[in-house]
Amino acid sequence: MTAPTTARAAFDRRERRAALLRPVAVTLKYLSLVAASIVVLLPLLTIFLTSLKTEQEMAAGDTLSPPRNWFNLSNYATAFTKGEMLAAFGNTAFILLFSITGTVVIGSMAAYAIERFTFRFKKLVVAAFLVATLVPAVTTQVATFKVVDALGLFDTRWAPILLYMGTDIVAIYIFQQFIRGIPVSLDEAARIDGAGSFKIYRTVIFPLLKPAVATVVIIKGITVYNDFYIPFLYNPSPELGTISTSLFRFKGPFGAHWETISAGAVLVIVPTLVLFLVLQRFIYNGFTTGAAK
Amino acid sequence: MTDLKSGPRAEPAPVPAAAARTPAAAPPARRVSWADRLTPWAYLAAALVLLVAFTYVPVANMISYSFTDWDGVSPDRDFVGVDNYVELFTRPDLFHVFFVSLFYLAAAAVQIVVALYFATILTFRTRFRNLFKGLLFFPYLINGVAVAFVFLYFFKEGGTLDSVLALLGAHPGQLWLGDPDLVNVSLSGVSVWRFLGLNFVLFLGAMQSIPAELHEAAELDGATRWQVFRSIIAPSIRPIIGLSVILAISGSLSVFEIPFVMTRGFGESKTFVIQTVKLAFDFNKMGLASAMAVVLLAIILLITWVQRRLVPDERADR
Repeated sequence: MTAPTTARAAFDRRERRAALLRPVAVTLKYLSLVAASIVVLLPLLTIFLTSLKTEQEMAAGDTLSPPRNWFNLSNYATAFTKGEMLAAFGNTAFILLFSITGTVVIGSMAAYAIERFTFRFKKLVVAAFLVATLVPAVTTQVATFKVVDALGLFDTRWAPILLYMGTDIVAIYIFQQFIRGIPVSLDEAARIDGAGSFKIYRTVIFPLLKPAVATVVIIKGITVYNDFYIPFLYNPSPELGTISTSLFRFKGPFGAHWETISAGAVLVIVPTLVLFLVLQRFIYNGFTTGAAK
Repeated sequence: MTDLKSGPRAEPAPVPAAAARTPAAAPPARRVSWADRLTPWAYLAAALVLLVAFTYVPVANMISYSFTDWDGVSPDRDFVGVDNYVELFTRPDLFHVFFVSLFYLAAAAVQIVVALYFATILTFRTRFRNLFKGLLFFPYLINGVAVAFVFLYFFKEGGTLDSVLALLGAHPGQLWLGDPDLVNVSLSGVSVWRFLGLNFVLFLGAMQSIPAELHEAAELDGATRWQVFRSIIAPSIRPIIGLSVILAISGSLSVFEIPFVMTRGFGESKTFVIQTVKLAFDFNKMGLASAMAVVLLAIILLITWVQRRLVPDERADR
């Protein structure tokens, strides 16, 4: 008869201890969150402050001091014009448009073939895609360079476009998972109505892939917008620069002009921030599905 | 850590035997016409051409270059056997890059632990939960070159870090990026700042798919947070932790962008990939660079294989 009482006592003891510790734990929890937020924000905030300062303020002032004029946008004007950021945004938009469209079309068609057809060597094809995921693109870049050069694509905007389309096996997987979830009876109904395979792909499958398309567009878009390695190697001409490589070039002409470099960095970060704030939920979902599938 | 695209993924390992065994295609009820047989290949054509041109051809070429003394330009190249590999493993300055990877590996370990901590506390009810979630994740989305500039300014003399330390009363006068003993610590710190958010969001996603009943049951039993983490959360998200560890290891070996932009990979901060790119394009040693890339690829394949052995492919239920 003693067992329940001791258990009860132990439970009470635990409860009392927990009640005592809870405020401490909660305080520590919020302290750690605030500390992490400061660590994230402070480097970004100082860059933003710097981007609004004049050269004189930079020479005299403290890093953490606010700018004298919060609307001093002259550094942005310099970065935008002398840093050729307009051309950079144009090139990035061009590459984004073609590589994302290509990835979506090619990826969804390949996934459709793998999911809905039986054909010889299917297992070999699937294995070829799987093994490729294990090869990190950075290891083969030196040899890939020779292939791109041989195709005559070096220093054109088509080099990064083809590379972004060609290395995207993740998209095929995401589409494959979604197509697997579409009932085959839908295909069959369309087939009975006389639709050919391409009509089924276009009118039945593709419209149902919208969530997968959103995921692929987000993941691919962020990767392409932020990539440095591929445009740096394949598009060395300044007029073909993407935002990454054009920003990289700031280091030369603007040397120690941190106010201009900061403005360039802020210009590149702001579009990401705006899209993140608008599309938050989709972005989180995109990354969790993209990584786990 | 690198981004998602370059890391190996948690997909079932292909069985090589499967390729040899041609699929017993569903016996066709009627004679299959040529057109029907070609249909799937029409859908696959573009993807396969790109796959072969930009993955398999480069891998095959890379392996063949690695046994030659090719400079990448001249038409002739001589077969030199394993000379490049011998040079790679005997020249201390080439081998040194593996040592640099250890800094990033340590940083990745810190990153995973911190990400687990924040994911766990944000799984439970917290004020401003979405704000904190956004703040922790956002750095992952920022352009790498912009991150490099932000941190050049952060670490520069009289920059953000020095100013904050001065505000707190410390005047260390360190050269955060100029001191060979410090540079890799500073740079790998940047990689924690940058990639923490990805791990955090992956962990958080996995944790939120744990059925609420499990948490309720634990609460009834009076389990502490640590007990909940150890016996409910950790086992449920094991596959994602396994994936993160793999990405961390292969990522630590393939660091390029941040040190390249911040220090140009000078001195102590030279990483494996910077070394490879320099050998190939600055010093025209295509053979040696290819051998380095083959070694990197082999290590990453080996790690992936070991991980699959240790953590069999059981996926988190989502």
